[in-house]
Parts: sequence; C-alpha cells; structure tokens
Amino acid sequence: AALGRKNWKEDETSRRTRLREGVPSATAASHGLTDEQKEFQKVAFDFAANEMAPHMAEWDQKEIFPVETMRKAAQLGFGGIYVQPDVGGSGLSRLDTSIIFEALSTGCVSTTAYISIHNMCAWMIDSYGNKEQREKFCPDLCSMEKFASYCLTEPGSGSDAASLLTSAQRKGDHYILNGSKAFISGGGDTDVYVVMCRTGGKGPKGISFGKKEKKVGWNSQPTRAVIFEDCAVPVANRLGEEGQGFNIAMKGLNGGRINIASCSLGAAHASVQLARDHLLVRKQFGETLSNNQFLQFKLAEMATKLVASRLLIREAAQALQEDRPDAVAICSMAKLFATDECFNICNQALQMHGGYGYLKDYAVQQFVRDIRVHQILEGTNEVMRMIISRNLLSES
Amino acid sequence: MSGRVLVGVKRVIDYAVKIRVKPDNTGVVTDGVKHSMNPFCEIAVEEAVKLKEKKLIKEVVAVSCGPQQSQETIRTALAMGADRGIHVDVSGKDYENLGPLQVSKILAALAKQEDAQLILLGKQAIDDDCNQTGQMTAALLDWPQGTFASEVSLEGDKINLVREIDGGLEHIKINTPAVITADLRLNTPRYATLPNIMDSLMNNETELHKPNHRTSLCVGLIPLFETVAPEDMQGGTDRSGAMLRHTVLQSGLGLHTRSLVVFSIGIGKNKTKLGTV
Repeated sequence: AALGRKNWKEDETSRRTRLREGVPSATAASHGLTDEQKEFQKVAFDFAANEMAPHMAEWDQKEIFPVETMRKAAQLGFGGIYVQPDVGGSGLSRLDTSIIFEALSTGCVSTTAYISIHNMCAWMIDSYGNKEQREKFCPDLCSMEKFASYCLTEPGSGSDAASLLTSAQRKGDHYILNGSKAFISGGGDTDVYVVMCRTGGKGPKGISFGKKEKKVGWNSQPTRAVIFEDCAVPVANRLGEEGQGFNIAMKGLNGGRINIASCSLGAAHASVQLARDHLLVRKQFGETLSNNQFLQFKLAEMATKLVASRLLIREAAQALQEDRPDAVAICSMAKLFATDECFNICNQALQMHGGYGYLKDYAVQQFVRDIRVHQILEGTNEVMRMIISRNLLSES
Repeated sequence: MSGRVLVGVKRVIDYAVKIRVKPDNTGVVTDGVKHSMNPFCEIAVEEAVKLKEKKLIKEVVAVSCGPQQSQETIRTALAMGADRGIHVDVSGKDYENLGPLQVSKILAALAKQEDAQLILLGKQAIDDDCNQTGQMTAALLDWPQGTFASEVSLEGDKINLVREIDGGLEHIKINTPAVITADLRLNTPRYATLPNIMDSLMNNETELHKPNHRTSLCVGLIPLFETVAPEDMQGGTDRSGAMLRHTVLQSGLGLHTRSLVVFSIGIGKNKTKLGTV
C-alpha cells in the first residue's frame, strides 16, 4: 500500500529501510501470526516505511518532535493500542501491541518509543482511573489531541524508584506537589503528566521544566526535568487510592518493558535487512561481501538472536495478557535479553557497513544510537537481573 | 446519482518484491511470495470510498477473482471502507488462464446482477500490465468508459472526468452507468485503521461465487493462449505464419468465435504464441 502516497518512486531513505520481504526468510516478522495480526503489522510496516523512515534522519538531526506524524498514527488507532474502545482506544492485546511497535520502530525508533510511552500513560489512566478520569483524559490521549509523559525517575532516584522524594501534600481538594523529575520523555512539549509522588511522610506556583537535554539518540522526542513548586493538582486527578501508586507504576512498567524491547526488535530487524542488502552489493577482493564466510556466519548469528529475541518478547506479551504468575519475571527477561542482543545486532550491522556505517547518511548508525538507551531505561538491565534472580531465589 | 459501485481489486505480487522466473520458465514464482492489492486497485477503492463519504453513492462492493487468497485482498478493501465483498472463486488451471477478457465477462455479469451504477477499476495490474479489463468490461456492457482518470466528479447522472493521455489532459463528460479506470494521480489511498481491520475480519460480508455454468454468472473460462517452445511445435521449424496458425488450431485451443487473438513470434525459446484466427 505504498504506491500513490508520495509518488511511484520512493526516496532514498525509504528505499533503504523498506523491508523487501519477497519470500519470507526465517527472520520475517510475520511468522506464526494470525491473519488479523498480519493485517495490523502490514499497516504498521507501511506507515513506518512511508511516513516515518523518510524523515527519521531529519527528526534526529534537527531534534524535531513529529507531532503531525504521530497524530496520523493515532488516526489509525496507534494512540491507545491497548486502551479500551469505550474511551477511544483500540482494545488490542499486548502481543498485538508488541507486533505494532516492532513494525513502527523500523521507521524511527525514537518516535515509536515515545508513542509507546504515551500508550503506557493512556493505559494507566484507562486501567486505574475512575469513570470521570477515564472519560476526561483517555479520548484526547488516544487521538493524540493531547500528548502524555510518564514521570517516575528523579535526579536522586533512578533504579531505586521506591526512594522517590516528590511529595504531594493534601490541602482541601488539592494536592500540593513539590519535587522534581528527571529525564522525562516529551517533558515540556506534552500536555498530560502522569506523576508518581509520595503522599505520606516526606516529601510554587506550579510546574516548570529544566533545559532540553542533548542526547546521543532519541532525538525526535524532547527530554527535560519536570519541576514542581507548590504545584496544585486536584484530588480528582489522583489515579487509584493513596498508597497504590508504586504498584500501579510497576504494573505500567511491565508493559512498558515489552514495548521498549519491541522497539529494539524493530531496529534490529531493519539493521539485519540493511546489513544483508549491503553484503549483497559491496564488493571487496573481487567478490561481494556475501561470499565471505565470516560475514555469512555473523549474519546467521544476528538473525538467530533476532528471532530468539522476538519469540521471548511475544511470549512475555502473552504472559502479561493472560496475567500469568511468571509475567513480571518473563517481561524482565524479555527486556534484558532483547535490548542487549538487539543492540549487538545493530552494532554488528554497522560494522558490516565498514566506514559507511559511521556516516549519518546511512540509517544503521541511528538505529545503534537510538536503541542504546533501551538497555538503560524502563529499568536498567541490571535491575532486570535483580527482578529475575528474586523470582528464582524466593522461597515461596 | 445514488447507487452501488463495484470496485475490482486484484491480488498481485507486491511491487517491492524481486521477481524470480520459475525453473520451468512457465511463469514467475508466486508460492510463498508476498502479495498485496494492486496499487491502482487501491486508488480505485479509495475513490469509491470517497464518493460514498460525499454521499454521492450508497454502497461500495469490492470484487476479486481468484483463489482463496483473494479474500485477503477483499479484506483490505473492506478495511479501507468498502461495505461488502464478492469473491469469485477461480483456482488451479482456470486461475492460470484468467485474463482480462474472462475477468471483464465476470464483472459485466456481476454488474447486471448487482445493478451497479458505476464500475471502478485500476487502469492496469502491475503483474501483467494488460490495461484491458476496464475497456473490455465497458464494451461488454455497452457502457461509456472513462479510462486513466486523474479526476472524477459526479454531476447529477453524468460524470465529469479528466483523463491523462499522451497529449496531456482530456476533459470528458460521460453518462452513467459507466466504467472508470483509475490512474496514479487520482488520489492518495488511505491506510486501513486498526478498528476497520478488526471489523473487516469479523465481518463475513464476502459472498462466494463460482463462474461456471451451474450458477447465475454463466461465464466460460476458456484459455486463450498456450506457451510452447518453438522446438516443440509439430510441422518442423518453419516459422512462417501459415505453419504457426495450423499448429495453433491443431492444438485445439477451442476459441470462441469472434475472439481476437494476436500472433507474435519472438526470438529464442518459450515465446508466448497467440494468433489471429
């Protein structure tokens, strides 16, 4: 469904990142999916190739937050993929969501990652909000009329999220917030902030933002500190009960981890395609690189790790959807394995491009830069190991 | 004009795929290869859906002729906004022989059956590039045709059309019912949305038709050509026109009267041979 969108000829970037799956190879993302899932995946791949891939370099270099493109994605139903339909969501499963983000990520990792964060916020309000909160916030978020940010991390509490300090003191029918959040994706450009804060114990005019951070990747979304000074928030905006916040935040992160891992997957998938295409074209020592056994073996290893990551992520998505007892552990395993392996895949793909891989004219370096942070956020891969070992070593 | 629009959609090999010829040289590899809706058919569906959104027509019916997998193509049309689908089941040998003449006969029969006011097709398919189905359908129905349309507007019971032709742009006005074929710049097809995809899959609004004499469609699917290597011909290696014509008749192709088949003699093996009879 690409013809007619711009004109018959695709532009350079789109052609480079377009996934030319003729006869599906072992790495095809569509294996094992239902007809319906294949349709979703097709739309997402097409959207990524036509609306995102041609711009991903520009969004990265000029640090553009692509509001219009994201709203187009929302029109297709990508604004609240696993939010209930009665408030404007698409009502799909975690697995459907993973498939969609994986495909979108081949177009631009940074933008897809932001869309996944936005989805997580919409879901939290959908799942834990009361009727009024759901009806007030979810429809606008699902259509991306408004954008959301998820505020958990603070300058003093990253991995140790439970030690957060931002306080919320009850004064009549408002909470007064004081504290600051760090590294907030979308911070300053978004409209709805889902903030984790402390009501019991320690803990201005309102909300302000730090400077826009300069990052190695994820440049199509602004990142800022969010500062609360005597910021009054109506009690009506509290999700769930007092004391329930940590639980809600952690539940949100399980899905968030699958989503981020899915974004890594899309980048790795695209990088394997790019590497493969490069090996078939580039000649040295009188033949194409694809005749070099070391590179053949390297490509095989990359493909194997890609499929292994994909299977683990999809299994974790199923586990979360079914609320299985191992859901938390397996989501952590999927995030740990996939983000590490997919980064290595993208890095190897860059190496296979030789000097060209280092140039910003080629997409592979952006995939490497963009997914590097996936090993750090949504819970560092070290914290993932903590969660998994806890699951293994607990007595019960 | 308010009524029903028939949109023909063809399942073809995806435009981005690298085509490979089959080892026996009888065609291209299609097994397991990615297929999608013909891009010009997408444009036709988009135009039909737009007309419906402007309330100029009442119902969009997507039609596809082919094997089981053609239903995927119909589903894509439904997900873009078509109301229902008709799958004309043609498989196996019949499908290999399915060409514009047969499809246009099917479409003409369906148009009468469905009381269609308008038939919208892509100008050509990207696999065979025939550019014949629209024209043949119009001829069979004795309807006006607006081919290579880059702009369509309905005015009462007439259609204003801008056609892209070799000399530039041609403006014509045709009566309805009519056949229109879509060219590249007619519109930009929309993406299917997630809710529409879900609806189209749950929606079993796709009828199955079989184009043989036992059903109401009554369309005969007769192969019009056969591919042979020159060495396989009987009657020696003389390539004169008379000899070839004799061989074609002998091979018993069973052509309809008044069928027009054109000879082309190529250099090398396995050239498709058709002939004026």
